[in-house]
Amino acid sequence: MMPDLGAYALEVALAYAGSFVILIVIIGLSVMQARRTKRLLDETERRNSDA
Amino acid sequence: MSLWEFANPRKFMATTDRLVVPLFLLAALCLGTGLAWGFFFAPDDFRQGSTVRIIYLHVPSAMMAINSWVMMLVASLIWLIRRHHVSALAAKAAAPVGLAMTLMALFTGAVWGQPMWGSWWEWDPRLTSFLILFLFYLGYIALWSSVENPDTAADLTSMLCVVGSVFALLSRYAVNFWSQGLHQAASLSLDRDENISNAFWLPLVVSIAGFVILFVALVLLRTRSEIRLRRVRALELKERIS
Repeated sequence: MMPDLGAYALEVALAYAGSFVILIVIIGLSVMQARRTKRLLDETERRNSDA
Repeated sequence: MSLWEFANPRKFMATTDRLVVPLFLLAALCLGTGLAWGFFFAPDDFRQGSTVRIIYLHVPSAMMAINSWVMMLVASLIWLIRRHHVSALAAKAAAPVGLAMTLMALFTGAVWGQPMWGSWWEWDPRLTSFLILFLFYLGYIALWSSVENPDTAADLTSMLCVVGSVFALLSRYAVNFWSQGLHQAASLSLDRDENISNAFWLPLVVSIAGFVILFVALVLLRTRSEIRLRRVRALELKERIS
């Protein structure tokens, strides 16, 4: 299943690993920001409706 | 239905609420298929060997680095001309995604360049213009966070985006403008003779589709967060006044 990457195995693996890290970081940060802002808006709206 | 209806934050939120999760799933499907196809099943290049597998990350990320700036330019112009807040917030939301794509293109390019050119970095026209584009992304994000008034920040960043578009264009056409440097010309072409072989092209197209859909999903998700933050600021201001 695993292709024979020959002499360039390290470079190919490094490119894929580094890219996945960048993708995971940007997706993770975006999802965390979305959850945080949703919670913050819910709290603020609740406070405003109580007042 | 007019496109301008989405300038209404309420309409934008209601419409995109149903889109974000399916788009993420579709992006995962395309990326998984394209990258697995390219990594496990595509052949080696007769000259570049197995390093050709980096193309499935490098080309889509470089394309999205430029296209992200183009999207920010369109959104910024809409803000400057029609003053729709959603468009300014969409441009702000796209910047970190574009920055990540530019970083990925620079990183995979360096890792690919080392075995092929014998160097991680060269002051080649395309590489240099991409580095400048990366710095423009950083400057754009820094400018948004350094100006307190959101409308003033949107004005200033929109102007910066217009100026930076020169480098976005340069990074796309640098190879054509200056016939020098190590970087090759475009891998994809509508000319059948110039285009890369189908064995590489098909997984590459699926991978590009995955990157495009992921970009749209991330920008929608981040724009929704920016709209919510804007609403929070408005409500907090109302609290302080009353």
